[in-house]
Amino acid sequence: MKKTLFDKIWDKHLVHEEDGKPSLLYIDLHLIHEVTSPQAFEGLRETKREVRRPNLTFATMDHNVPTLNRNNIDDPISAQQIETLIKNCEEFGIKLFDLNSPYQGIVHVIGPEQGLTKPGMTIVCGDSHTSTHGAFGSLAFGIGTSEVEHVLATQCLWQNKPKTFEVNVSGSRQKGVTAKDIILSIIGNIGTAGATGYVIEYRGEAISTLSMEQRMTICNMSIEGGARAGMISPDEITCEYLKDKPNMNNLKEMKKEWLEFASDEGATFDKTLSLDASKMSPQVSWGTSPGMVSGVDTRVPNPNTEEDPVKKKSLEDALEYMGLKADTDIKDIKLDTVFIGSCTNSRIEDLIAASKVFKGKKVASSVNAIIVPGSQLVKYQAEKLGLDKIFKDAGCEWRESGCSMCLAMNPDKLSPGERCASTSNRNFEGRQGKGGRTHLVSPIMAAAAAINGRFVDVREYDIDLGDY
Amino acid sequence: MEKFINFRSKPTPLNSANVDTDQIIPKQFLKRIERTGFGQFLFFDWRFHDDGSENPDFVLNMPEYKNSSILLAQDNFGCGSSREHAPWALRDYGFKVIISTSFADIFYNNSFKNGILPIVVDNDLLSKFFKFINDDSNYEMDINLNDQTIKDNLNNEFKFDVDAFRKKCLLEGLDDIALTLEHKKKIDIFEKNYLK
Ligand code: SF4
Repeated sequence: MKKTLFDKIWDKHLVHEEDGKPSLLYIDLHLIHEVTSPQAFEGLRETKREVRRPNLTFATMDHNVPTLNRNNIDDPISAQQIETLIKNCEEFGIKLFDLNSPYQGIVHVIGPEQGLTKPGMTIVCGDSHTSTHGAFGSLAFGIGTSEVEHVLATQCLWQNKPKTFEVNVSGSRQKGVTAKDIILSIIGNIGTAGATGYVIEYRGEAISTLSMEQRMTICNMSIEGGARAGMISPDEITCEYLKDKPNMNNLKEMKKEWLEFASDEGATFDKTLSLDASKMSPQVSWGTSPGMVSGVDTRVPNPNTEEDPVKKKSLEDALEYMGLKADTDIKDIKLDTVFIGSCTNSRIEDLIAASKVFKGKKVASSVNAIIVPGSQLVKYQAEKLGLDKIFKDAGCEWRESGCSMCLAMNPDKLSPGERCASTSNRNFEGRQGKGGRTHLVSPIMAAAAAINGRFVDVREYDIDLGDY
Repeated sequence: MEKFINFRSKPTPLNSANVDTDQIIPKQFLKRIERTGFGQFLFFDWRFHDDGSENPDFVLNMPEYKNSSILLAQDNFGCGSSREHAPWALRDYGFKVIISTSFADIFYNNSFKNGILPIVVDNDLLSKFFKFINDDSNYEMDINLNDQTIKDNLNNEFKFDVDAFRKKCLLEGLDDIALTLEHKKKIDIFEKNYLK
């Protein structure tokens, strides 16, 4: 029988199945961070349980670490969470990339960087953007804290089998249209609950030609379409990316195994959607959910054109929160802040592309732009390439790695009414700070917005972006 | 986990779609390291003004809904972040049942693990529930998980679906990990062949 990538991974990891019950899956890699793990360890202690396979769990601290002066955490409760993680990792024998590690960073950036993420694996983390790792052809998804405890104790997880959803993106992108614009277009198309109950496999020419880092951007936001996970079949690009990562012994043998996970030619999916990348423009979100998005060359929608009362009210609420009038030209929206970072868009290719837009230009005087690399390793790479200098010369702030303004649990937040072009993944009310207004965009759209103080169509820029 | 028992309550009509877990429990309250005490922060930015006073227009603050343990919500409830703090806050506040046309996956899962029953109904039925409670704030529902029924004080009876396994876990208050450890032998054998 012809199998999809998902089917192959699922079957390989089945420990136990029974009619009418969820299946018990074996978990290859478990990532943890400071916010969703303390209660799980507490649970283990209360029940006197051990961690079954400490060497399959890795920890980092990313969500509430400061990006300035990181050795001095002012917020006592953040400091306590970080302390707690250190203590828990020591007590249970788990490897931790702490604030002093040159490999610390956002959990979904460091997994692939450290060669922990590999094709064919099952990967979980108490964080919804775990779907990022699906870019390598793994089944990776976010779990709650009870499940974190469950994985620690048993290295397994109960799962109801999701359905499969093929999203086929054909055609080639216009210059200036990035992976971020593809995924925003997909979510705009299917809606924020469009893939609930499904695992998406992204396929087609516009996907298979993407670099690994851009594939991660796509899979990262699968959850924003409601999907359990997003994945891409492993290919030569996957193997090429992995070959010089740490922990790669027996590369030749592994490569053969990895490639076998790719969906079989002719395998069928429960649902299919086809889109054409050549018709996509750079995307800007204008509302308070990631599905509220449209091309930079369009206008903010008008709620009066919506007939469904629930949708109409959502639209009205969103525009009110965002402080936007219906029918405003997207390019007339002025910004106060620009944030380039998060597990969606903070890898080296993102920073290189943004630097090309910033090079020799100045950030508009009305705009505050901050750039937060995804990991300390990305920071090091960027500084080696001199990107930090380009950013600082343009007037941007260059920070230490972490989640930062993606969710504003550390001191980086928007004030009420402040308007931000952000390369992160969520534009929910208050996500970047209470009353803050978030517009989701790609790194090059964010950089162009920083320079102009408002959104511009980055396709008009005459720069060589390479494959980005 | 506490066993799920049948009860009667009026539903609280939260007329918003795509309510995300950032709204259910804003991130500034994720820094606790316990599982309890989150109820006071539930829907914090909607429930309270900047000066800390209650927002009287928000449905949870209306006196008629103060003791409700059923939440009615529009489509795609619980989307966004995987934080289990969301069901912790709902449970701690007193909600035991949430009724909507759909739930985000991780939230749905997390709810069962914390003794909350999420009920999926179709659009028409959800609109009916909103209408009943909006027309008469004395409207009440009886939730019976064993029979999978919602009966109301208008003498209506509605059936709902729930996965048999999850139902059993809720009714018996079963601990997931203990259940899994019953399969420990199987895990050992699997792992021996698998990890080589
Ligand atoms: S960068 Fe944002 S989305 Fe990614 S893990 Fe951190 S908080 Fe979550």
